[in-house]
Amino acid sequence: MSITRASRKLHVVTQLNGQETEFLCAPHESLLEVLRDELHLTGTKEGCNNGNCGACSVILNGRLVNACLVMAAEVEGAEITTIEGLAPTDPGTLSIDRLHPLQQKFLEHAALQCGVCTPGFLVASKALLDRNPNPTEQEVRLWLAGNLCRCTGYDKIVRAILDTVKTGHQH
Amino acid sequence: MSSDRDYQVIGSRPIRHDGVDKVTGRAQYGADIQFADLLYGKILRSPLAHARVRSIDCSRALKIPGVMAVVTSEDFPDPIDKVSDLEGTTGTLSNVLARGKVLYTGHALAAVAATSVQVAEEALNAIDVDYEPLTPVLDVQEAMQDEAVLLHEELYTDVVGGEKSDRPSNIAKHLQFEMGDVEKGFAEADVIVEQEFTTATVHQGYIEPHNATAFWNADGQLTVWTSTQGAFEVRQQLSDMLHLPVSSIKVVPMEIGGGFGGKISVYLQPVAAVLSRKTGKPVKLVMTRQEVFEATGPTPASYIRVKMGARQDGTIAAATAWMAYEAGAFPGSPIAPGCMCVFAPYVIENGLIDGFDVVVNKPKTNAYRAPGATNAAFASETVVDEICQQLEMDPLEFREKNAAHEGERRIDGPVWPRIGCMETVQSARKHSHYQAPLEGPNRGRGVATGFWFNAGLQSSVHASVNTDGTVNLVEGSTDIGGTRASIAMQMAEVLGISAEEVHPSVVDTDSVGYTAVTGGSRTTFATGHAAFEAATDIKQQMMARAALIWEVESDQILFDKGVFSVTDESDRSFTFQELAGQLDETGGSVIGRASVNPPGVGGAFCTNIVDVEVDIETGKVEILRFTALQDAGKAIHPAYVEGQMQGGSVQGIGWALNEEYYYDEKGRMLNSSLLDYRLPTSLDLPMIDTEIIEVPNPGHPFGVRGVGEVPIVPPPAAIANAIFQATGIRMKTLPMNPARMLESILDASQ
Repeated sequence: MSITRASRKLHVVTQLNGQETEFLCAPHESLLEVLRDELHLTGTKEGCNNGNCGACSVILNGRLVNACLVMAAEVEGAEITTIEGLAPTDPGTLSIDRLHPLQQKFLEHAALQCGVCTPGFLVASKALLDRNPNPTEQEVRLWLAGNLCRCTGYDKIVRAILDTVKTGHQH
Repeated sequence: MSSDRDYQVIGSRPIRHDGVDKVTGRAQYGADIQFADLLYGKILRSPLAHARVRSIDCSRALKIPGVMAVVTSEDFPDPIDKVSDLEGTTGTLSNVLARGKVLYTGHALAAVAATSVQVAEEALNAIDVDYEPLTPVLDVQEAMQDEAVLLHEELYTDVVGGEKSDRPSNIAKHLQFEMGDVEKGFAEADVIVEQEFTTATVHQGYIEPHNATAFWNADGQLTVWTSTQGAFEVRQQLSDMLHLPVSSIKVVPMEIGGGFGGKISVYLQPVAAVLSRKTGKPVKLVMTRQEVFEATGPTPASYIRVKMGARQDGTIAAATAWMAYEAGAFPGSPIAPGCMCVFAPYVIENGLIDGFDVVVNKPKTNAYRAPGATNAAFASETVVDEICQQLEMDPLEFREKNAAHEGERRIDGPVWPRIGCMETVQSARKHSHYQAPLEGPNRGRGVATGFWFNAGLQSSVHASVNTDGTVNLVEGSTDIGGTRASIAMQMAEVLGISAEEVHPSVVDTDSVGYTAVTGGSRTTFATGHAAFEAATDIKQQMMARAALIWEVESDQILFDKGVFSVTDESDRSFTFQELAGQLDETGGSVIGRASVNPPGVGGAFCTNIVDVEVDIETGKVEILRFTALQDAGKAIHPAYVEGQMQGGSVQGIGWALNEEYYYDEKGRMLNSSLLDYRLPTSLDLPMIDTEIIEVPNPGHPFGVRGVGEVPIVPPPAAIANAIFQATGIRMKTLPMNPARMLESILDASQ
């Protein structure tokens, strides 16, 4: 297929995980496709590609979204956080303590089994705590209703998040 | 907990070894793999549920720029045994790419490899197929009729007694198990209940779709990277289908995003392989969610009749079950395990079980967590509940009176070894949930007990001691739920080191000995057993080294909790780490190995207590409280045992209340998305309380019983029994979704 003027890729510049990032994308590509296939950030997963499972959750301009429903071209000038950007990036600190408290609590509570939904849940949980630092169990469950997990039954995920709240999730 | 051993590592909750990678998004799942010269594959699927394929014309597709190859079933060698192997390789091969007929909507017919996914999709539209439509068969009872349209002209029924039926049929198999005299038994019964049940097709619902990347190298070596429950199983299936020796195939298991039995059979791997052979490049295929629903292996819909008779004293006099399971397009439903499990929690002297494996024009079914048992338990545990109702007996008391126990014979033949059925029931009776009052209108409490036999099968491991006292453990069991940790912990326990000091790796089929699937609740049991044996091998080699260093006989060396010492009065000792540091100078590396096929598999029982509230205006059933009590034998890592119990319970809840394949009259699935095939969300559920009971399995060095599957068996029945208490209505169809519940409520009020 020859590259015509109409099929030429678009050039996009965005703020990704705190870094200015540029990429080329076809007009029909989603943010999910670009993150995974262009930028090789495969932590964000595809479970359904139509906004029903939350495995592709990212934070876009402070808002929790499914990357499969965002066109890559739309994120020009936007701020995006993916799972790869969750842990604090403090240059110069090579300590093993560089997980986000949510990531640490997920591990301690065994809140993952196969782990494929975990990036989506972690991003969604961060988005929740950014907006509501002290949620109740019911508020946590409601917020996470857009993230499907088939392995855990959600119990340990909810506990991990509530424990993160209890033990202080600010860095 | 009934274990009295004082373990150092077993029973603790270390952070899993692959945990950091999984919470940071670094872990590589099958779809994450990328190569520079990768091609992308897409599959053409039948829009018809039943049709003969007269011709497939790929010429237009091949002309599209960027299309590198198109394959059909012609690109596979003919199966060696076409007819009688429909349940095996022939069936799988014909399922992977249809031969002659398409047998369900979504059945794969052809595949394209192209330079991008978009070009591959465009090419699918340019493949011309000439179909001769046939009438689809969509219901198990219809399919069993003499005049039913046949899926396979050459399929004859394997009837009871080992013969074949004299005419072809959609019934692939009729199994029968009999014990005692059911007529005499029913004659003794004071209460007899007979009911019939139907259950809908449901899917495992793993969040990660199927994927496979294959590269067929110029030297004839085929490498496949895929998310699978069993790399060796994939290797064997590829070998059988492609007529390649296993030594020419290497399967690299990527991390896997859920399986539950549905990622054991191959779907994409053989297609990727032949596309790679034709193009000379690596080819990657990833399923869409729609393909996952329509063209992988859900669990059977079923029709089941159960009859049970009990005496006034609460003992069971007789029981029969007539069970027909939809196998989908090819034979091979889990009817046999269904027959095995249907009355397993009970001692029954007079029993008769008939099971039928029936083909219909739906996707070929496959294993889903305790395959066949949940359907059966829904029926039998509901009938038990009705018996208890009529006898005015507490349902847990009834179960205690009749509980299966060691020495008794099951209807399908085996004599029970030491099992924990009684213990789960007794624990349920004492549990605070069962003691707690439940008040309020339209609320009810139900119980049910389920069984799964668990598998043993082969596992191999090897492990090298590093000079710093850590151990590299190499194993072949893909880690779906934390088994790297539970296997490493068993090795650590033997060697007296910490779980963190064992570094487990899951490797490809060239790098470790044959290991069977991560499935059948076997991994912590069997691969753990192999790790135990390999650790014992290391221990003995290390003891010999200590003897060498101390110039004593090997049998004078003691080893306890990670310390080597001598039986003489000297206080010479080495920690494991100290001795490891001396290996290089005393003969070189110590490598332990083991290959096991452990016979002492322990079956598992699980009892549920569930409280529900039914909204009688909408039919919605809310789970107020859920408790699962399960015999794990010995919980190596309790958090991951709890996780299996919780995950299985929630799949059971979804199966009970909402999940089903919704078909139209043409056999098309209308709800093949995660919007309309609604898995339980966090909002639908309370916390899932668990109690781990430990009746050690004598067949495992630490007493392990498989835990992964049994939790999904009792929930639908327990919920149905709770709904009965809440509303007085016996639900006999799954799922008990709001529409059906409301219809039943309205019918009952007339």
